[in-house]
Amino acid sequence: MSPARATAAEKSQPGGLVLLCLAAWAIPGIGHLWLGRRAKGLVFLIALPLMFAVGLALQGRIFSFDASDLLTSLEAGAQLGIGILYFLAAPLGFGKGDIRATTYEYGISFLIVAGLLNLLVVIDAYDVALGRK
Amino acid sequence: MHSHFVLMALFAMFVSLVFSVLAKDTVREQARLGGLMFAGFMLVGLAVAWLMYPFPLR
Repeated sequence: MSPARATAAEKSQPGGLVLLCLAAWAIPGIGHLWLGRRAKGLVFLIALPLMFAVGLALQGRIFSFDASDLLTSLEAGAQLGIGILYFLAAPLGFGKGDIRATTYEYGISFLIVAGLLNLLVVIDAYDVALGRK
Repeated sequence: MHSHFVLMALFAMFVSLVFSVLAKDTVREQARLGGLMFAGFMLVGLAVAWLMYPFPLR
């Protein structure tokens, strides 16, 4: 689908915009690929999961939401920004975090920032779909 | 991969790459902004590291 056609389709269908944003959140870069921005989409598709994977390799911890601990919930919210990788990491045995590892804090930083960057990518895809960019 | 410098460079590379691709549309502009951002991250990181040098670890 060409960029112009995708943009027009998203403009005319609010449901399509929601679907686009959900897809862009779930798999980094998919929103841009959907809208015909192939180069940008591919960069996000490779760079963001790779950054998340580096965070896991550095013994970073995947946080869960905890109503009694606001800071942990904020960290979980930021990590959730990476999409389905957040849910896949724990079942696959990653993200337990080893606080004794010298790279533990680095790993958490990589995981959090990868999620936050993907949220920026989702907002950018939304702007592209609305024809603002 | 336990070098603080390598990890800082890796982090700076990822963030600069994503920001530059988000902000600019041509490869030339992306390379320029990405390079500047990466250099900024590294220089500021090293400057802050030297500023912290006199402080004791404990």
